[in-house]
Amino acid sequence: MIPELGQISLILSLLIAFLLSCLPLWGAHRNNTVLMQTARPLAHAQLLFIVLAFVLLTYSFTVHDFSVAYVQRNSNTLLPFIYQISAVWGAHEGSLLLWIMILCIWTSAVAIFSRQLPDKVIARVLAVMGMIGVGFISFMLFTSDPFTRAFPVQSEGIDLNPLLQDPGLIFHPPLLYTGYVGFAVAFAFAIAALIDGKLDAQWIRWSRPWTNIAWAFLTLGIALGSFWAYYELGWGGWWFWDPVENSIFMPWLVGAALIHSQAVTEKRGSFKSWTLLLAIAAFSLSLLATFLVRSGVITSVHAFASDPARGIFILTFLVLVVGGSLVLFAFRAPGKEGGQAFKAYSRETLLLLNNLLLAAAALMILIGTLYPLFADALELGKISVGSPYFGFMFSLLMLPLVMLLPFGPITRWQSEQASKPIKLLLPWAILALGFGAISFFFWPGSTIKTIGGVIAAVWILCGTLVFVRSRFKSSGNGFTAEMIGMVSAHIGVGIFFFGVLMTESLSIEKDVAAKPGSSFSLRGYDFQFKGVEQIEGPNYMADQGTVVIRKGESIIATLYPEKRMYASGGNSMTEAAIDSGITRDLYVALGEPLDNEGSWALRLYVKPFIRFIWLGALLMAIGGFIISFDKRFKKRHANEANP
Amino acid sequence: MNPTRIRRIWLIVLLLVAAAIAGSLITFAMQENMTYLFTPTQVKNKEAPDNGVFRLGGVVCEGSVKRTDGTLAVSFSVTDRVNQIIVDHEGILPDMFKEGTSIITTGKMQGTRFVASEVLAKHDETYTPKEMQDAMKKAKEQKTKSCGKI
Repeated sequence: MIPELGQISLILSLLIAFLLSCLPLWGAHRNNTVLMQTARPLAHAQLLFIVLAFVLLTYSFTVHDFSVAYVQRNSNTLLPFIYQISAVWGAHEGSLLLWIMILCIWTSAVAIFSRQLPDKVIARVLAVMGMIGVGFISFMLFTSDPFTRAFPVQSEGIDLNPLLQDPGLIFHPPLLYTGYVGFAVAFAFAIAALIDGKLDAQWIRWSRPWTNIAWAFLTLGIALGSFWAYYELGWGGWWFWDPVENSIFMPWLVGAALIHSQAVTEKRGSFKSWTLLLAIAAFSLSLLATFLVRSGVITSVHAFASDPARGIFILTFLVLVVGGSLVLFAFRAPGKEGGQAFKAYSRETLLLLNNLLLAAAALMILIGTLYPLFADALELGKISVGSPYFGFMFSLLMLPLVMLLPFGPITRWQSEQASKPIKLLLPWAILALGFGAISFFFWPGSTIKTIGGVIAAVWILCGTLVFVRSRFKSSGNGFTAEMIGMVSAHIGVGIFFFGVLMTESLSIEKDVAAKPGSSFSLRGYDFQFKGVEQIEGPNYMADQGTVVIRKGESIIATLYPEKRMYASGGNSMTEAAIDSGITRDLYVALGEPLDNEGSWALRLYVKPFIRFIWLGALLMAIGGFIISFDKRFKKRHANEANP
Repeated sequence: MNPTRIRRIWLIVLLLVAAAIAGSLITFAMQENMTYLFTPTQVKNKEAPDNGVFRLGGVVCEGSVKRTDGTLAVSFSVTDRVNQIIVDHEGILPDMFKEGTSIITTGKMQGTRFVASEVLAKHDETYTPKEMQDAMKKAKEQKTKSCGKI
């Protein structure tokens, strides 16, 4: 009964989404206020029924209703309660439901927090979001229904993939989806503006806070995913340039470009078409990410099932969205770039470079990720593009970005004498280079990357503080939320690159064959292996190793890495043990038993400054959130209230 | 020509140069880091590079995993049920590595043995990657548990 109710809610939400995508749009076209005003209630009704379906699916998980095929495949009676909840989005069907629910939450949020918007704009924006809803709800109903019954009914479920039985899974997908589905808002605003044909700075001001929030969530989601991979997969890596990571990194990069170009368009009126195009691109790349992950065309830990029907459905939807919006763009994009003219050296130029570099980075990832797919389709052989390609290209593109970053905030709009910011920043550039040189001799095993990391951190940190100081000095100007957010995000970039380059260059990784009692020395830390014993968890058995880490005489930490076998069968799982610190992580993972005398393969890592990677990402996300609270976005203009 | 037009031409030239540089860099970097996937039969047929890095995919042959006690050295055979190739590896094998499951290893040939620098088995029976499916389909058609010719 309950699953059928869920099914009915899904069908109702599809009908509502369909109405939402037509009625308000027709109303806006006809200037019919009644039709336009259906947008908000319809948006809320859509959310209501999707939430209902979501709650019912969750309920089916908590009562172990194994007559529902999806529940049967992804849960069992031994699964701890918290993972019964997160198992709802543990596989394809449920995660799609989560995707849709988050889309509906965004739609409702736009309906609620846009009181100052003219009816026509809000009607069109919500209608566009309704269309996306129609696409995805029908995708779910026709190809991946979470409420399908299983015949015959099994008395026990299979299990949630043990990899996913981790607190990380509870937050990683919701945050990630909130992020990239959130780009639908910027996309809807752009499409609404194109339909309207009135491309003034206004629509950008309305969509800016949404873009910033979405991007901030995406940043958190990616950072959390990376952190999860670091401690859960047992390889000690934090980023693998895996196709799925790439597919989510592209919307992030384009989103970062969009945030900057929206700022230019809102304040100066320049880059209008470019901003529209980026808004379309960011959401299209989000759809592409959904396609790549959900269709199973790529090999990855994230690809749970491959069903050609699903792939074709999303691909068709993708083509419709990208094609449709580009056609609309071609016909309606502003023929004349308005906005104030700017000189060769100005903030506009710097932001243009920022955009080009970020877009180029996204493009090179796109090529590297899709090339193997095309090569396979064209029978050129089965190719994989190795991570050095991405690493090399990305560093190459980020180098000028880091170099130019501090110049942006202290350069004036329109026109600036290049000598002024150079004079302001020169001492700090020299300081950064000095620190870089010192660091080379300070840390044993330093490479060019170490130097680069230190220089990047000092340069961005000092350069950003130069902006803060000059802002303090200039008579009586306070800091807007926008500036505080920008400073936080920029410092985050510096800290991020510091973490990445230090970890990359100074990490020590050692796989060893360890007898009980034997010791291994890595960078001044002494790892002593005590042996392995059996322990029992709620739904697994584990071999638990004990490793004592000393520095000199004192004990730094005692780590207990595990190798788990889940009761449901399947593969064993490595649970690494980590002693974390600001300047370094000590990481131990169990490999496998090597003989009958208690010897085990052990993986020992010392990872300097790896926490800075996620700290930097956190600062960027916080920056994005702060910016969206800027007062300028709340201002109600007379002409906005009554257009 | 008026100044705007000259500026525009410069801009176009600059863009073309940038695109050319970007294009050649991407091609270069990609060629350096591209590895092809081969099955044991293809390797036997000399389709794989003699001296270059490539990926070898197949099933870990039942009963072929041999460890040298007390060290990290391990060897096993990878088969497509027609032919098999012995793989040498030094390091920790991934969690999902088991006899009878499909894996992908990266490395090069040394004589008749494949020396792997990396062994990937990110998937189990339920989550076989697309790349391996085609290779495995052939193997399945053989309907055998034999590991084939060495």
